[in-house]
Amino acid sequence: MSEQVTGAQSLIRALECAGAENIFGIPGGAILPAYDPLFDSTKLRHILVRHEQGAGHAAQGYAVATGKVGVCMATSGPGATNLVTPIADAHMDSVPMVAVTGQVPSASIGTDAFQEADIRGITMPITKHNFLVTNADDIPRTIAEAFYIASTGRPGPVLVDVAKDAMQRQTVFEWPTEINLPGYRPVTRPHAKQVREAAKLILEARRPVLYVGGGVIRARASKELRVLAEMTGMPVVTTLMARGAFPDSHPQHLGMPGMHGTVAAVGGLQRSDLIISLGARFDDRVTGNLDSFAPNAKIIHADIDPAEIGKNRAVDVPIVGDCREVIADLVVALQTESDAGNQGDYEAWVEFLAGVKLKYPLGYDTPEDGSLAPQLVIQRLGKIAGPDAIYVAGVGQHQMWATHYVQYENPNTWINSGGLGTMGFSVPAAMGAKVGKPDTTVWAIDGDGCFQMTNQELATCTIEGIPIKVAIINNESLGMVRQWQTLFYNKRYSNTDLQSKRVPDFVKLAEAYGCVGLSCDSADEVDATINKAMEINDVPVVVDFRVHKDAMVWPMVASGTSNDDIKFARDLAPAFDEDDL
Amino acid sequence: MSRHTLSVLVENKPGVLARIAGLFSRRGFNIDSLAVGPTEHPEVSRMTIVVNVEDSPLEQVTKQLNKLVEVIKIVELDGATSVTRELLLVKVKADADTRRQVLETVQLFRAKVIDVATDAVTIEVTGDAGKLEAFLRVLEPLGVRELVQSGMVAIGRGGRSITERTLRPVPVPTRPAAS
Repeated sequence: MSEQVTGAQSLIRALECAGAENIFGIPGGAILPAYDPLFDSTKLRHILVRHEQGAGHAAQGYAVATGKVGVCMATSGPGATNLVTPIADAHMDSVPMVAVTGQVPSASIGTDAFQEADIRGITMPITKHNFLVTNADDIPRTIAEAFYIASTGRPGPVLVDVAKDAMQRQTVFEWPTEINLPGYRPVTRPHAKQVREAAKLILEARRPVLYVGGGVIRARASKELRVLAEMTGMPVVTTLMARGAFPDSHPQHLGMPGMHGTVAAVGGLQRSDLIISLGARFDDRVTGNLDSFAPNAKIIHADIDPAEIGKNRAVDVPIVGDCREVIADLVVALQTESDAGNQGDYEAWVEFLAGVKLKYPLGYDTPEDGSLAPQLVIQRLGKIAGPDAIYVAGVGQHQMWATHYVQYENPNTWINSGGLGTMGFSVPAAMGAKVGKPDTTVWAIDGDGCFQMTNQELATCTIEGIPIKVAIINNESLGMVRQWQTLFYNKRYSNTDLQSKRVPDFVKLAEAYGCVGLSCDSADEVDATINKAMEINDVPVVVDFRVHKDAMVWPMVASGTSNDDIKFARDLAPAFDEDDL
Repeated sequence: MSRHTLSVLVENKPGVLARIAGLFSRRGFNIDSLAVGPTEHPEVSRMTIVVNVEDSPLEQVTKQLNKLVEVIKIVELDGATSVTRELLLVKVKADADTRRQVLETVQLFRAKVIDVATDAVTIEVTGDAGKLEAFLRVLEPLGVRELVQSGMVAIGRGGRSITERTLRPVPVPTRPAAS
């Protein structure tokens, strides 16, 4: 198919051909030509956001909820630089996303023209790849390559910067049938020998742990993971990025590892003799002090990105491949061994960990002054909205409580900013998730600090008919920073008091945006308030849960210390009955 | 620390050098020497990068380089099985007293005088790093006025080529796979 069109028409046609359905964006000078044919497109829905950062996070939320490539669009200069945070976020968390930005006309590039920024240069370190298009004829090929790169291999953000004159010139639209990227060949099929080696280590181990990361979610490998876990009986931990990859209700699940991980997950990894890492990257928030992390464990490290393997921790068996294929092949290899009478013996280990899990469950103290426990709010929210809802968190204490106290049973129901830790992620990402899954209940679990960074997108939600629900866990402070000040800075609360129970009035703010605003400050009203919010499905709902200020996230491994020094509450270290092992 | 020579084949596109240089600095590596030029394939450029680094961080930086979409291939060339050359242009004082000595040195090192002035000559010399160092040591006492040196280029010995490429295009998925 080829026809005479403008570069802008070619761009819109290309986005349609690439499978885009929803675009989050804001027009401006340099991208204006693209918005004209976009106006006529019947295949593309453009959602006009209020800030480009919102467009980027919405594209991320959309991508994670649906597994499709999220698309955002902005103009040159400040429009493009406002996308930098979501692009960096998507890069850290391997979210497939294409950002299209307008650029000043090619003749003006490099002249410090009005609204000029070298966004390709700026985003080089935070994109999987990026392009600057100055020739209209290159538009379809570039968009095809951008979607291909974003969605294959280890997914990630790709930026396409298009000069205004390239959009204005006449060109021929021709959708490429082939992609020619000689330097881009992601390996998805694992090496059979490595899989056999891994199976051998698994059979030899006595204390193995399946360390499941976000790669399992991106590879849609939850079913395969469950088969592997159940056929071997190995315990499972799911990282912050992998919550939902394995059901929380499953008896083999030890919870989340890391700085705020459960005692069973952290202690299990520390004492393991074999870690089978599936799409995880031994992040510092998981390992704590690296030298003392799981000192006796051999490592099988499977990842689609070869650069992750051995980056932080030396590896015994490296496997490069897509997690779904790796796990499926491991299942076959272990089944073959099992048929030959070879099975792992993990009985004592499983029993030991079951004991730890029972002895050190997640828990919190009810505030003595009668104020509301934030954990209770989130726990009830998870129970009432259930495992089929999507939960989208911001960053901080509420994020950790949301990962612990909601019970996740399904992949892609937990969306958060893991690697970059972007405050303000929640509301726009929830908006994007709701656009991708309109029939699913989407709860943004947000902090009062985070919420005030991006709540302008509630206007978008109301006007565009995107009825998300927002639970503000309002402890009137930058809670996680305050927690560190409590623990490590002698309670000197420098600049963490937001006073958000006084200003702003979140209920009035919600109403001003056309949402329903609710508030709740006592445990008795929590269920009724959540139920009321659940009944409203035509407009967004914002609930101001006014919670206790001093609640802290536990367990915790203090920054830079060993995971062996985990505390399940302040100054309380767990005791492991290792004689049982 | 040890010196490693990487031959990096890249797509000949704008911005590739910035990507590679940026990656090295971002990951905390210093580039000792860098040379970029065309190859026998017009769409492919070749960079020769010399870094001073331990083996395990080198592996990490190589893997990160490989992730760059425009990087086609990376080969580490070791001294025993490859030939390395650098080019040096040097302007040396050469008046009536020293001119003979300068010209003798040029001959000894199989260098070449490429420009002559009344009080100086400009010399071109190629060789590996050791030869250029020795050459400069001899010239130094005579009065080096200015010098410019290229990055190192290197090529493997024997008949095989590292630029034999697989240029197999892949079909475009019209719709990205969804769950």
